[in-house]
Amino acid sequence: MDIENIFQKFQKRDKNSLSRMITLVDNEDPYGIEFLKRFYTKRNDSTVRIGITGPPGVGKSSLLNKLVENFAKNYSFTSIVAVDPSSPFTGGSLLGDRLRMDNIYKFENLFTRSVASRGSLGGLSSSTENILQVLEIFKSDIILVETVGVGQSELDVMEVTDMVIVVLVPESGDSIQALKSGIMEIGDIFVVNKSDREGSERVVQYLNSSLKMKKEGKDFIPPVISVSAKEGKNIDKLYVEIENVKNFFIEKGIIARKKSLRKKKEVRDILRDIFIKSIDIELKNMENKKDLSPYEIAEKIFQKIDFKISEDIWKEG
Amino acid sequence: MERRIKVLVAKPGLDGHDRGAKVVASALTDAGMEVIYTGLHQTPEKIVRTAIEEDVDAIGLSILSGAHMTIFPKVLKLLKDNKREDILLFGGGIIPKEDMIELEKMGVGKLFGPGSSTKEVVDYLKNWFQNKK
Repeated sequence: MDIENIFQKFQKRDKNSLSRMITLVDNEDPYGIEFLKRFYTKRNDSTVRIGITGPPGVGKSSLLNKLVENFAKNYSFTSIVAVDPSSPFTGGSLLGDRLRMDNIYKFENLFTRSVASRGSLGGLSSSTENILQVLEIFKSDIILVETVGVGQSELDVMEVTDMVIVVLVPESGDSIQALKSGIMEIGDIFVVNKSDREGSERVVQYLNSSLKMKKEGKDFIPPVISVSAKEGKNIDKLYVEIENVKNFFIEKGIIARKKSLRKKKEVRDILRDIFIKSIDIELKNMENKKDLSPYEIAEKIFQKIDFKISEDIWKEG
Repeated sequence: MERRIKVLVAKPGLDGHDRGAKVVASALTDAGMEVIYTGLHQTPEKIVRTAIEEDVDAIGLSILSGAHMTIFPKVLKLLKDNKREDILLFGGGIIPKEDMIELEKMGVGKLFGPGSSTKEVVDYLKNWFQNKK
């Protein structure tokens, strides 16, 4: 495989090459990793990654379906990454985000990819960061990352993106208390979708007042907007808010800071990966040590371990 | 990392009978595959665009409307135009035997008629994938 050639095709915006490269990095194929290393500096440095999260069923895909029109019209290339859960039992995954995203077919300057979360505990697949980097090398201006709104995904999405939109519904009212510690802290914009239903104003008020309390004295208070993806209500207003927050974050250096933190975290993750894989190789030779405690085995391994940073480390596991 | 089979299950045409497609989609998921399900009324253009963007190994079409002799060849042609003939196109629905034979001659994979079990579809895909590698 000629990764130089693939990169040439990237510059011609060849979606076939893009999609095949995403498969390679999603599977942690050595070619994919080589590609990320070689073309890291060719990424679009000003790509903004926007996360969209929220509990299941609040209409994240439907909302995204409306928003993509604004992005497609205002930017030269927008990518959408939609993450769905994998079954912990079979490993299979039913990726259905496209069901609600018919607008993506109206624009040629959009690219959509569904990703299965696979073994990852949070709502994102562990290879999400790599996929996003490939999309940056493809020179996407905007990457929209939609996540499964369960468990730890809130934190995951915050780490891989530059700003986060939290989507709720009027019925979320009672549960916001419970969500407070997770979702309330990571949102940079709060959206109350399905505003055609009863109770949306109350939720907006509640969110506004609790955000004001939480963020007292800070120079940024996340805006709260009620929309109806179904009726197309307030979508343009939401888009304007997204642009405002994005520009504010760029101006204040918030995005630059996030990028640098993210890079450190990524290095840590890669190192952990290398260590764990090297340790696993050692462990294979250590199977029948019945007379030693786990601590003693660990110490022995630590003394003799040879951490390998070679191509084959990515092929293991 | 173990490579999972990725399949696009789509329902082209105007009829609304998507039960079959849904049953197959969930059977493939249960068999450990990653399934993209796009729902009703997909055009061949949308199907092929999705297949390319998602980089799937196979496309399964469910056609009950009688449009199989139009839709299957159209999808095949679009895959060819986009240099993705490597993607397997298979399907199911109400398709007369002689049409099945003709479609298979054109390069369409196996077509499953009424009464087929989901296990047959799963086994077929797994075998095909194994041989492809």
